[in-house]
Amino acid sequence: MDVLASLGDGFVVALTWQNLLLALLGCLLGTIMGALPGLGPSNGVAILIPLAFTLGLGATPALILLTSVYYGAMYGGRISSILLNIPGDEPALMTCLDGYPMAQAGRAGEALALSGIASFVGAFFATWGLVFLAPQLVKVALLFGPAEYFALFTLAFATLGGIASTNQAKAAFAAALGLGLATVGVDGQTGVPRFTFGEVHLYDGIDFLVAIVGLFALSEVLIFLEHRGTDADVTGRKIEVGRIVPSWSLVRSCIPTMGRTTVLGFIAGVLPGAGASLGSFISYSMEKRLVDREGTFGKGDPRGVAAPEAGNNAAAGGALVPMLALGVPGSGTTAVLLAVLLALNITPGPLLFQNNPDVVWGLIAALFIGNFMLLAMNIPMVGLFTRVLLVPPRLLMPVVAMVSFVGIYGISGSSFDLQVMVGFGVLGWVLRKLDVPLVPVILGTLLGNEMEANLRRALTISDGDWSVLVGSPLAITLWVIAVVGFVLPILFGKVLKRRMRMSRDEEGALTD
Amino acid sequence: MSDRVFGGVGLALAVFYIWQATLIEESFIQDMVGPKMFPFIIGAVLGLSSLWFLLRPDPSPRWPGAGRLFEIGMAVAVMVAYTIMLPELGFVIATAIASAYLTWRLGTRPLQSVVAGVATSLGIYVVFRLILGLSLAKGPLGF
Repeated sequence: MDVLASLGDGFVVALTWQNLLLALLGCLLGTIMGALPGLGPSNGVAILIPLAFTLGLGATPALILLTSVYYGAMYGGRISSILLNIPGDEPALMTCLDGYPMAQAGRAGEALALSGIASFVGAFFATWGLVFLAPQLVKVALLFGPAEYFALFTLAFATLGGIASTNQAKAAFAAALGLGLATVGVDGQTGVPRFTFGEVHLYDGIDFLVAIVGLFALSEVLIFLEHRGTDADVTGRKIEVGRIVPSWSLVRSCIPTMGRTTVLGFIAGVLPGAGASLGSFISYSMEKRLVDREGTFGKGDPRGVAAPEAGNNAAAGGALVPMLALGVPGSGTTAVLLAVLLALNITPGPLLFQNNPDVVWGLIAALFIGNFMLLAMNIPMVGLFTRVLLVPPRLLMPVVAMVSFVGIYGISGSSFDLQVMVGFGVLGWVLRKLDVPLVPVILGTLLGNEMEANLRRALTISDGDWSVLVGSPLAITLWVIAVVGFVLPILFGKVLKRRMRMSRDEEGALTD
Repeated sequence: MSDRVFGGVGLALAVFYIWQATLIEESFIQDMVGPKMFPFIIGAVLGLSSLWFLLRPDPSPRWPGAGRLFEIGMAVAVMVAYTIMLPELGFVIATAIASAYLTWRLGTRPLQSVVAGVATSLGIYVVFRLILGLSLAKGPLGF
């Protein structure tokens, strides 16, 4: 098994003091960010990317830090779901349904511990899935030529809005906006400047890190400013944790649930356009249908806590598969992680496994180690994180803004970039108000140049014949998936979204 | 209504983008496609989706009142002022002022905000400059 041998090498890379320390730091910061409402995995990672750079970390350590934050945030999201009935991030939405009723019944500690175990199971087995599935996908990816890559990028954009997207026109707009931003600067193939308006600062193009931090982090600050005083006082609520160690029989009763939802979540994560939110939603709905005979789901059933947590953590691991193997992320946070790779001058995709095996396997090994750290942090030390929820956003958000500024300034040292970042913050706020998804914008700025290069390469090879884009069965398959992925949400998106909202509102009405 | 305005702006942006794309100077040696084609495709997608908003708008979101909009505008102005003053005042002073302002506007009492702003600034300075050794903007006073 050369996969296991590679994994062994990965552990050699990961098991240095520096990397272990970074993984620990990442897990800790990630859990805190996940637990705080308003800061989720994508903006958490976004804020930390510039810092990882300015600290001069190498590729592997930087990735270890940031993916630990990613995994940590997926764990942390459940804490405020259970204790406050406010999801710490979007994937943790479903955890509110049974987590909060359990907390109200004085079983918050058990719910936290159980969901911690479920998170561990989901993430742990999904990482194994990553180990075995990614190299297989790489073999397929090696068959891709420029035309197939162009189709694959289109597929990524077409499905990114997700099955629960309500307005595909807005997803398309966002993608075009991002791709348009990517074309600013000197054209990589002919050397002519495009859309620079004679401004020297723009010749290098717009730095995608500036765009990401502005869109994700600063717009969050503006949103908080807008909603000030409406939901800010939740932090004053009393938090009773109660007994932390769940009984073995409770854990055992949830084992079948965790097993099923891990598989389901992993698949949802790997597939384009699904992601962690949908992973946890499908997991919860399936378990409800399968095992909820007495109608206890939604009233504090432990299985209803385990299902979405195992599901969303497995999906988080699954989402790394297409990101590492194809270089095409399927979710917001993996898009941000892709930015990390690109900024480190590492091209993800099939060649990554050949050229930088130390990076890939070191990263995967670090994920395993991080998982155990997270389990340790999230069960005995969960009380520590519940304290973090007491920090009011009015003190926290300015810190977020300032750390964003520090990070970007550290990279470029230019006030101009900071102003562009503020501009992106405002743009992000407006787009969020108009319900335009931000992730396609980010993905567009990240992948735009690569996508255009592949299109032009394909047409150069075919001597200008456009039919080359549908010239192989593989390309045709990708186009078909892209079209189906784009059209399906138009037909079903509204129904699905309404159901996700409804199940939450229903339970909300019962519990409040 | 918001979506119709948005569609109009988007459409104008698409037209402007495509117009700018036609002005790209082509060099004498280049590949089959050239630097204009891809922007044309993007401009078309941008324009078509904007047309869609114009014709089939979503219900408007709840926009904040004039007061809150002013609030957001002021916060943005303070952030822009911060980026300009950063090299002039140095990191510690500029950051203390900007974060004190934001903390105050997010609902902290004025005196506490000043304390929080100074604490945030010094905290970031200690962690990122003194411990991690990042280069932050230096003012006339050297910090």
